Amino acid sequence: MLVVDRPSESPPIDAAIVLSDDAVAPDIVRPQGRQLGRRLWSATWPKLAAIGLGLVVWQIVVWSGWRPEYALPAPATVFERLGELIADGTVLDALLVTGRRAATGFALALVIGVGIGSVVASSKIARSAVGSMITGLQTMPSIAWFPLAILLFQLSEGAILFVVVLGAAPSIANGLISGIDHVPPVLLRAGQTMGARGLQRFRHVVLPASLPSFVGGLKQGWAFAWRSLMAGELLVTLGVFSVGFLLQQYRNLNDAAGLMAIMIVILAVGIIVDSVVFGSLDRWVRRRHGLMEVDQ
Amino acid sequence: MTAIALRGVSKTFGSRSSEVVALRDVDFKVAHGELVCLVGASGCGKSTILNLVAGLDTPSAGTVDVDGRTALMFQEAALFPWLTVRANVELPMRLVGVPKATRRARSEELLSVVHLDGFAAKRPHQLSGGMRQRVALARAFAQDADLLLMDEPFGALDAMTRDALHEELDALVQARGLTVLFVTHNVREAARLGDRIIVMSPRPGRVTASYAVDIERPRRIDSPEVSALAATVTDQLREEALAHARR
Repeated sequence: MLVVDRPSESPPIDAAIVLSDDAVAPDIVRPQGRQLGRRLWSATWPKLAAIGLGLVVWQIVVWSGWRPEYALPAPATVFERLGELIADGTVLDALLVTGRRAATGFALALVIGVGIGSVVASSKIARSAVGSMITGLQTMPSIAWFPLAILLFQLSEGAILFVVVLGAAPSIANGLISGIDHVPPVLLRAGQTMGARGLQRFRHVVLPASLPSFVGGLKQGWAFAWRSLMAGELLVTLGVFSVGFLLQQYRNLNDAAGLMAIMIVILAVGIIVDSVVFGSLDRWVRRRHGLMEVDQ
Repeated sequence: MTAIALRGVSKTFGSRSSEVVALRDVDFKVAHGELVCLVGASGCGKSTILNLVAGLDTPSAGTVDVDGRTALMFQEAALFPWLTVRANVELPMRLVGVPKATRRARSEELLSVVHLDGFAAKRPHQLSGGMRQRVALARAFAQDADLLLMDEPFGALDAMTRDALHEELDALVQARGLTVLFVTHNVREAARLGDRIIVMSPRPGRVTASYAVDIERPRRIDSPEVSALAATVTDQLREEALAHARR
């Protein structure tokens, strides 16, 4: 059995608050130096263990001879191939192409999502017209859009972007709408008594209050954008060495190790952007809003 | 001139078929520098009166005259959680375009008035309930208001914290010559704080009695004089409730 030595946590804040008016809630203890190292380790080792376990299972399946090695290569072979692909710049070049598309698509989705979201949140007519449709759009598998996208934009970057935007924009809009809908009424009232009206009300009360939900929408939007992009790059290859195109390429070349190496890249990018970019954005917003008492 | 004057004020909510009369023919005045407590059972329209005085709502009939700028405080501190204590206090000034340096100086001063020096950089969730209410008080002062409208501001606090804040409010009202309209359902609190207590009956809300509080300051909430007055007012309220139940 594994016993983890957890870093000492700050005392529960409530205990100090209720006692007396002059009791100050203790500051959130921020770990430093060695303590930070230990915390990082205690957060990381379970993930590493899970990955390790996955690799062991994979290796066992390979050893069992369930599929020939040319179809299902062993982990070592795949990681060796991944090393080669990184070393010769294939992965970086493909990531640049795909990353540019992801960034463009996500930026477009952001603009459109925020635009639609703020209109729907502020107009009753717009809400009853398209409010439920936005959620409906979210359930539509992005791959189902491709035939239409190809008809509209031919086999072009436009077709890929179209689908990426359709994948991500509804989530972003929904995040904003539910954020605006759930601004605590008491804060609206407080803003009103201070004389915040119109644009000021939006800028100083509504927008910051809806931020946690909005960031949640961004996070979800990213997941949809990345999925749609991968689907798009598989279908609309354009002869450019993108991440999705490499997948197709290696399948055609019967390079199973290369294929799986690229799959690992796709998974890694998805996770890294989700947890590093949007995860830290999320934590930052929640800490600012006092929604997180002790850093996790 | 009086600070607040309500004349024949009525307020109804809802459509014609399901009309709720919140206030009927309410008349009272508050003089400059006076602290008036409104007491009554819940649903007697106390908060509606504050909304009318604050200009957040308009009466269905009658007139509400207010001489001065108002600031409203609620039972919840209603601080913006994403702003620091200082930024919360500075927000009303920001909204009217007070320059940054002036804002900073003023918020320092106000935080020191409510005994929160050194807490400017904290966020609301790091403070206790009483401290949050003090920040809300500082924020109300930052609105340059001479009329403070308080809607059960200490209702959610424990007794010790409430006593401390009563003392502070007393001192601030004296020092600044503020006019305060203080809504509470706690009769003792009203007797402890008010220059006058106005009793209201529920549904529709009407003024049924008014008591001048001739108890010398500083007062204690557990002093015999405060308790005696509170008992008288409580009896009055009980009568109201019985009369209301019989109708």
